[in-house]
Amino acid sequence: MNLRVPTMSEMIAKNESPDFLFWVGCSGSFDDRAKKITKALVKILNNCKVNFAVLGVEESCTGDPAKRAGNEFTFQMQAMMNIQVLDGYVIKKIVTACPHCFNTLKNEYPELGGNYEVIHHSQLIQELINQGKIVLADGGVYKGKRITFHDPCYLGRANDVYEAPRELIEKLDGELVEMKRCKTKGLCCGAGGAQMFKEAEKGNKEINIERTEEALELKPNIIATGCPFCNTMMTDGIKNFEKEKEVEVLDIAELIANAANL
Amino acid sequence: MISKILFTVLLIVSLGFFSWNIYKIYYNIYLGKDVKRNDNKKHRLKTMILVAFGQKKMFKRPIPALLHLAIYLAFIITQIELIEIFIDGIFGTHRFFKDSLGNFYTFIISFIEILSLLALIATFAFLYRRNLLKLPRLNMNEMKGWPKMDANMILYMEIILVLCIFMMNSADEAIKIEKSNLSYGFTISSFLGPFLCSLDYNLLFIIERIGWWGHIIMVFAFLNYLPYSKHFHILLAFPNTYYSNLQKKGKFTNMENVTKEVKLMMNPDIDPFSVNNENPTDLESFGAKDVTDLTWKNLMDSYTCTECGRCTSSCPANLTGKLLSPRKIMMDTRDRLTEVGDNFRKNGKDYQDGKSLLGNYITEEELWACTSCNACVEECPVNIDPLSIIIDLRRYLVMEQSKVPNELTGMLTNIENNGAPWQFSPTDRLKWAEDE
Repeated sequence: MNLRVPTMSEMIAKNESPDFLFWVGCSGSFDDRAKKITKALVKILNNCKVNFAVLGVEESCTGDPAKRAGNEFTFQMQAMMNIQVLDGYVIKKIVTACPHCFNTLKNEYPELGGNYEVIHHSQLIQELINQGKIVLADGGVYKGKRITFHDPCYLGRANDVYEAPRELIEKLDGELVEMKRCKTKGLCCGAGGAQMFKEAEKGNKEINIERTEEALELKPNIIATGCPFCNTMMTDGIKNFEKEKEVEVLDIAELIANAANL
Repeated sequence: MISKILFTVLLIVSLGFFSWNIYKIYYNIYLGKDVKRNDNKKHRLKTMILVAFGQKKMFKRPIPALLHLAIYLAFIITQIELIEIFIDGIFGTHRFFKDSLGNFYTFIISFIEILSLLALIATFAFLYRRNLLKLPRLNMNEMKGWPKMDANMILYMEIILVLCIFMMNSADEAIKIEKSNLSYGFTISSFLGPFLCSLDYNLLFIIERIGWWGHIIMVFAFLNYLPYSKHFHILLAFPNTYYSNLQKKGKFTNMENVTKEVKLMMNPDIDPFSVNNENPTDLESFGAKDVTDLTWKNLMDSYTCTECGRCTSSCPANLTGKLLSPRKIMMDTRDRLTEVGDNFRKNGKDYQDGKSLLGNYITEEELWACTSCNACVEECPVNIDPLSIIIDLRRYLVMEQSKVPNELTGMLTNIENNGAPWQFSPTDRLKWAEDE
C-alpha cells in the first residue's frame, strides 16, 4: 500500500488546510527503526482518512535534547524557527509519536509564543478507535500474547498520560501484564535528558538493562512502548539478553496497525 | 514560685533562640532568585492539604506511611496538652483544663496516650529499620556521619518525650489513687498507675515532676534542635507543598534572559549594539553556579528535605551505580546555603569564599548522570524538585563554562547545523515516506 503523506506546502498550494499536523520528529524521520513507527502511524491515519499533513523538509529538531543538555540558546533558536514555520502555516493541532517532541511542543513552546493543541499519537489512535474508525481484525495476531507497557517518562510522569496507551493494548486480544515499576513509578529506559546522545556515566549497570530485566521477568511476548528512544533502549536490552526471537519491542502504533491488518 | 520563674525564663530563652534561627533560615531562603508561586491559591491549598496534612504521597509505601502517621498524629494532638503544660508552667496550676472540660478532658488525654503509645512503637520500628534492618535508602553514602546521627537523635528524643508523658500521667494517677481512691480514667496511665501505688507519696510526686519537667525541657530542646536538623520538615512541609510547582513536570523553566538575546539575534532590524547598553552592570549569568543563583523555592526545598531517600531509591542513575543521588543534591544545597548565609551575615553580602555549590559540593559527573525522568520529583512526599536544581547547574556548565561531554557537543552542533541531533541532511527528512 502506498502511503499518502501530504506536506504543508502542497496543502497550501492546493488551498487546503489539514485538521492535524503530524510532527514526525528526528527519530521518526531518520532512525531506521523509528521510521517503521512513523509509517505504521501514517497507515492508521490514511486508513481513517484523517486529514493531516507533515512539514517535511521544513521540520527541524524541537530543541528538546539541547534544552535537557542545558543549552537553552540552541533550544530557543530551534523553538523560534519552528514556531515561525508552524505559525506561518497557521497550525492549530499537532500529533506526534515522540513524547519528547510532544512535551516540548505542548509545554515549552507556549512561553515562546507557540500555542498549539498537542497530542500524543496514542491519544489520537484511542480517539479513532472510540469513533469506530479503526476496526481490529477478528482472531487478532495478538491473541493470547503477553504484552507489557513501558511508560516513557516524558509521556507518563512528565505529562500524566498513562491510560491512553494501556486502553489501546487492552483493545487487542492479548493480555496486558504490568511491571512492578509502572505508571507513576515507571523506570526510565535511560535515554532521557539527552542521555540518548552520550555514553552513560560510570556505574555498575546500564539503565536499559535494569529495565529490560524487569520486563523479561514477566515473560512477555511483546514489550510495547510509545517513544522511539525507549524503543531503541529496550530493543538494545533485548538483544543484550539474546531474546530477540522471543520478545518483540513494538510501538503502540505498530500494534494497532498490525491488529487492524494495515 | 521558683519553678514558675524557671519555667518562664526557659520559655522565653527557648522561643528567643528558636526565633533567631528561624530568622536565619528565612534570610537564607530569600537569598534565592524570585519565582512566582502565588497564583492559583485554591489549587495550592488543596495540594498542601492533601500532601502535607493528608500525607497522600507517603502512602505509596504503606508500612513507613502508617508508622509515620502514628508519630505525626501523636505530634499534632499532643499540641493540645502542650497548651495546658504552658499554662500550668506559667501560673503554677495543675491540669488547668481538667475541671472545666470534664469528660472531654479525659477523652483528649486518653487519646493522646493511645497515640503516644503508637508513636512509641513506631519510633522503635524506625530505629529497627534504620539501624538493624539497615534499609538501603537509609544507609547510603551521603547518610554517613551527621545525617545518621541526626536521624537517630530525633528518634531518641521522641522516645524520651513519650516516656516522660507516661511517667507524669502514671505517677499522677498513683497519687490520685493514694489520696482519694479515685482514678483520672486516662486509658493507659490508669492501667500503669496502680503499679506505682506501693511507692512513697513524696517519691511519686517527684516522679510526676520529673515527667512533667522532662517532657517540657525535651519540647524546648527539640524545638531548638529543629533548625539544625532534617526534622525541620515538620514545619516547612506545609509552605513547601503550598508553593509546589503546579505545572506539568516535563515543562522546564523558560530562560527569559536567553529569550531576549535569541529574539535580538533573529530580528534583522535590530542593531545589536544599540540595545542592552543602558544597564551594563546588569550582566546576568546563565544557569546556576551557587545557591544564590537558584530560586527561593529550590532553597526552601533544601530545608524541607527530610533525607528519607525515596528520590534516590527511585533514581534510575543511582539504581545502576552512578554517582548521582537526588537526596545528596538537596543536602548539598542546604549545607552550602547554610554556609553562604553565615558568611553573608558575618562579612556582608559581597563576601566570596571561593567555593560554590557546583564543583565544591556537586560534581559534573553527578549532573551528567541525570536522565531527567522526574522519578525523584514524583516520589518526594513533600514535593521537592531536585531536577530543577540539576538542570540549572547543567545550564551553567554548558552556557557559562562550555563544559559539555564530547558526544553532546556533537549532538548540539548537529542540531545547529542540520536541525537534527544526528548528522543527517535536512533535505532527507521526508525520505521515509518514499523508501517503502
